Amino acid sequence: MKFIETLINGLSMGSTYAMIALGYTMVYGIAKMLNFAHGDIIMVGGYMIFVTMAATGNPILGLLAAVIFCAALGVTIEKVAYKPLRGASPLAVLITAIGVSYLLQSIAQIIFGTAPKMVNIADLGNLSFAGITVPVYTLVTLGCSMVIMIILSLFVKFTRTGRAMIAVSEDKGAAQLMGINVNKIIMITFAIGSVLAAFAGLFMLMKSPSLTNTLGAMPGIKAFTAAVIGGIGSIPGAMLGGLLMGVVEAISLTIPEIAPYTDAIEFITLIIILLVRPTGILGKKRREKV
Amino acid sequence: MALLEVKDLSVYYGVIQALKGISFEVNEGEIVTLIGANGAGKTTTMQSVIGLIPANAGKVMYDGHDITKMPCHKIVHLGMSQVPEGRRIFQELTVYENLVMGAYSIKDNAGFKEDIEKIYARFPRLAERKNQIAGTLSGGEQQMLAMGRALMSKPKLLMLDEPSMGLSPLLVDQVFEIIKDINKDGTTILLVEQNAGKSLAISDRAYVLETGSIVLSGTGAELATSDEVKKAYLGG
Repeated sequence: MKFIETLINGLSMGSTYAMIALGYTMVYGIAKMLNFAHGDIIMVGGYMIFVTMAATGNPILGLLAAVIFCAALGVTIEKVAYKPLRGASPLAVLITAIGVSYLLQSIAQIIFGTAPKMVNIADLGNLSFAGITVPVYTLVTLGCSMVIMIILSLFVKFTRTGRAMIAVSEDKGAAQLMGINVNKIIMITFAIGSVLAAFAGLFMLMKSPSLTNTLGAMPGIKAFTAAVIGGIGSIPGAMLGGLLMGVVEAISLTIPEIAPYTDAIEFITLIIILLVRPTGILGKKRREKV
Repeated sequence: MALLEVKDLSVYYGVIQALKGISFEVNEGEIVTLIGANGAGKTTTMQSVIGLIPANAGKVMYDGHDITKMPCHKIVHLGMSQVPEGRRIFQELTVYENLVMGAYSIKDNAGFKEDIEKIYARFPRLAERKNQIAGTLSGGEQQMLAMGRALMSKPKLLMLDEPSMGLSPLLVDQVFEIIKDINKDGTTILLVEQNAGKSLAISDRAYVLETGSIVLSGTGAELATSDEVKKAYLGG
């Protein structure tokens, strides 16, 4: 029973990682860049929820505000910071992304200070069923994430825009020859990734109400790790990698002897998986251009 | 009237001038070929005309529009399509999904079924393999798919960059037959080829490109019998 509780807990944490990992992996797949400011979008989403809830007390309104603001922020960052660097060396883009990350953290610190803000989303209590007791928020997180991931998968597979995203991720030049506006697709990708980050912000605050300007830093890195484990660029890979990270984390935390080393264990998981499969679990082999 | 008119087109890669102010035109209904050796600037010309590589100087007019500075996706929406060098099909999509991508620029999809049936009729092999992942097709099949995909947007001008590259002699003949057929059905063709003999044989007119400049032009028949072309491109 204890194991099932741990598993649900892990899947819940993991689905939060998966939501963040999707943002990393989609942006990598389509814009071919690592957006290291992605984790900080979660933090911005968190503060939007905080501000909205302070004004209205309504967590749904908070989420809505966070979703809209994060989408706009993601698109703006892409336009201002990354788009001018298209075609520049990957290192320049990477350093810019790290710069944007610090910029967001610093702005949040200037506005909200260094003391943690307490954001009590809602007290959902626990649910007991057949001898298993789990906090309700884990089920909410898991359920919402699954629905979002299913919608996202259907969107990518069956809509015109989704198919254009696949085409751009495979071959930007060929996609343009199909009449696809690559800049628009990149913009949409940043918007989607940022919306998912806003949801992740909500899930994280449901788990632990303490909000600081580094809220997104560690989960961002872990989710990036999850994206690499799953195979960077692969959407199902990000989902799988995220869930795996969460479960590894939850199991490790229940074993007192190794609990303090949980972060290390998660990163060791990455190393082991990359040793066996260098492209990640669902990653594609890099194809030779003919 | 010229469907495509290229005037003094120059393209630089850094400090290297790949195209040194070339001018040519393609009239409606024609098959026009650019022949030239490796590195002459053929692919650069194709990519620059369709907006994948920016032009540094000159002017490109297409169907009454100045497309010199237009981004590629907008040019495609004007009815220009290209089979790129190396085919560049979407390897991880199925044959069918590749063809769906080809029709991306047509927003109103009422005629989609009919269009795809036409492609399957022209390339029966694609119909047989419609649910196969495109990356697993043979080279010849991939070339057919690249051509089918380019035709899905119902272009007025179809550009083909080295469609015979890497194919067996039998398939090369087939590809040139298909190009002739497509042209007969009303699509204007701009072709780039190293296989000068076969391409000149089906061309109304042709241009010879040498290190970024057009050095010779004429009808397909004229060039096929010209001494310079014979010596440089037809092996004797």
